[in-house]
Amino acid sequence: MQAKAKLYPKEAARLLREKPGVREAVTGATLHFEEGRKKAYGEMDAEALRERAKRVKDHLLTHLDQYLELAEKRLREKGVQVHWAEGPEEAHRTLREIVARHGVKRAVKAKSMLTEELGVNPLLESLGVEVFETDLGEYLIQLLGEPPSHIVGPAIHLSLPEIQRLFHGRFGTPLDASPEALAAVARKVLREAFLTAELGISGANFLVAETGTLALMENEGNIRLSTSLPKVHVAFVGIEKLLPRLADLALFLPLTARAATGQRLSTYVSLIQGPAKEGEEGPEEVHVVLVDHGRTTLLHDLEAWEVLRCLRCGACLNACPVYRQTGGHPYGYVYSGPIGAVLDPGLLGLEEAYPLPYASTLCGACYEACPVKIPIPKLLLTWRKRAVERGLAPTWERGAIQAFAKVMESPTLYRLFSKALRGLPLPQDLLPLLRAWTEGRGPLKPSPKPFHLLWQELKE
Amino acid sequence: MRVALFITCLADQFYAEAGVATVRLLRALGVEVDFPQEQTCCGQPAFNAGHWKEARSLARRTLGIFQDAEYVVLPSGSCASMVKNHYPELLPGDGEALGLSEKVYELSQFLVRVLGVSQLGKGLSGKRIAYHHGCHALRELGVREEPLLLLENAGAEILPWEAAEECCGFGGLFSVKLPEVSLAMADRKLSTLPEAEVLTSTDAGCLLHLSGRMGKGGRNMRVVPLATLLWEAYAG
Ligand code: SF4
Repeated sequence: MQAKAKLYPKEAARLLREKPGVREAVTGATLHFEEGRKKAYGEMDAEALRERAKRVKDHLLTHLDQYLELAEKRLREKGVQVHWAEGPEEAHRTLREIVARHGVKRAVKAKSMLTEELGVNPLLESLGVEVFETDLGEYLIQLLGEPPSHIVGPAIHLSLPEIQRLFHGRFGTPLDASPEALAAVARKVLREAFLTAELGISGANFLVAETGTLALMENEGNIRLSTSLPKVHVAFVGIEKLLPRLADLALFLPLTARAATGQRLSTYVSLIQGPAKEGEEGPEEVHVVLVDHGRTTLLHDLEAWEVLRCLRCGACLNACPVYRQTGGHPYGYVYSGPIGAVLDPGLLGLEEAYPLPYASTLCGACYEACPVKIPIPKLLLTWRKRAVERGLAPTWERGAIQAFAKVMESPTLYRLFSKALRGLPLPQDLLPLLRAWTEGRGPLKPSPKPFHLLWQELKE
Repeated sequence: MRVALFITCLADQFYAEAGVATVRLLRALGVEVDFPQEQTCCGQPAFNAGHWKEARSLARRTLGIFQDAEYVVLPSGSCASMVKNHYPELLPGDGEALGLSEKVYELSQFLVRVLGVSQLGKGLSGKRIAYHHGCHALRELGVREEPLLLLENAGAEILPWEAAEECCGFGGLFSVKLPEVSLAMADRKLSTLPEAEVLTSTDAGCLLHLSGRMGKGGRNMRVVPLATLLWEAYAG
């Protein structure tokens, strides 16, 4: 996916102006998920389980090379073909070879953020392969030619009338068709695709190193079909998605489901153990592509590596009052919301992603929600500090902060400033800030006298 | 017991009467109050925007001013958290930063946890109050029950508010760096605001932002810092 993270402030403002319906749809849906999460966390000792999950992930990440070796070994023992991809080019080469070898004309694809990151759909289309997204939300945005707006709910920004219009245009369904009727139409198209596709593509929620087991969570049942009906299954797995032991799934599957949607467990969990054996049904070939794409570099970044614990549950997006206003599109990259704001600078480089660490008020709701306790506010502050060190902050901001610091370092200047607030002209550097403030909120009304003067009257 | 009052720059300039209320209240409870005259700003705006150099020098300055205090009390949750939680990050290995960190309290937190006061008076009898949880007070300092307890025990009715714990969208520089998003957040918060007599919170920034936005929308409500109400609770 081409990153447009630099445009965040403009795009956020534009979306709020031009598509107020998005704000309404996203707020409604995220509040619903957030309520579900809170309830689901409330049923267990969330604090203890989050802490445990964090530790398991930290152990995994600090021994990643060993677990990757083990995972590869176990996968091969099960007959899975393992590939390594440093970035999109290598991932593409692997996929191209598979497509050519099997003469693939059609592919069904389960929802996966990593494949968005790698640009798998455009590649397949360029190879003349017809791709069907099989997650209903993902299918909708594929029809619209849009990127996902949310890690878990890609079409969270759409309202029912918009979907009705979309299906009316595509499939001739009535403009007031019920959600069930619309789903039935999609199901018909997708069923046909499942039965005819030669290739199934998925991501993975987890890859268990101990046993070489791929774990996939979903609510629709389509992943199950994508990974078992076509004769070839390719799973793209970020190297940070590993878990040490099979037993860890007992912690991570329910915790992820609770965080993401407030469910105790997702409706379907697929545990994939390699291609079908003699007499079994299932794919003849299973490929796992282990993808780095910037993750190793991040892992060695002592101030930013914790972001790699992420399970892509989307809980931080649901909890984030900033994300709720716009959904994910203005963030300009696959990962949006709080996690995007700290992951994208690591994956894209801070220069590309500069404004994203500022897409937060540091309210901390994301940290509270995160099942693996990623200290997102702390990471935001780290990226902001680096942005300033690298000279990425705009001139007006630097000027204003320097002026501000100068004033605050000297009680004499501070007192002058205090007078200025009550009538005298203010320093130029602060004016754009004041304007930006007063436009939406009216004039600033300082107290008639500042407290430091009133104190004189209070002295005993 | 002696307390050094850190009024913080926003309250000094925009909610001066909250400072007066804080002093009166603490004195009435038998606490001596100092106001070190050299104080200005804790450095939070610079820190949050990533300008650590400027933030550091303001933090060092503030440390120097308050290092000998027995307790430092602030009528602001986010500045209290800045001193308590972020000074030690900003100045790693600095013993004074850690020392100060242990002595810093937001006002209601100080009243309940240090003074052990939960009943100030009955001065708020029948008042219908909407309480906005400032994010840093709530999530960084863990101040959730203290303000509610003090207000309710003074006879106030805290109105249920769906978005009471949601960020108002102020966020310091955020409010001017991303003004459209900031205002959308305020509007969402205000759209669920109950019909109260007073809106209150620990933080001046949030209150300025919310009251300004409310005014733009033609809505009028008394908006005052928690300190002001706590003094009213005591004095009637
Ligand atoms: S950062 Fe935490 S809450 Fe956000 S998607 Fe990742 S695991 Fe979920």
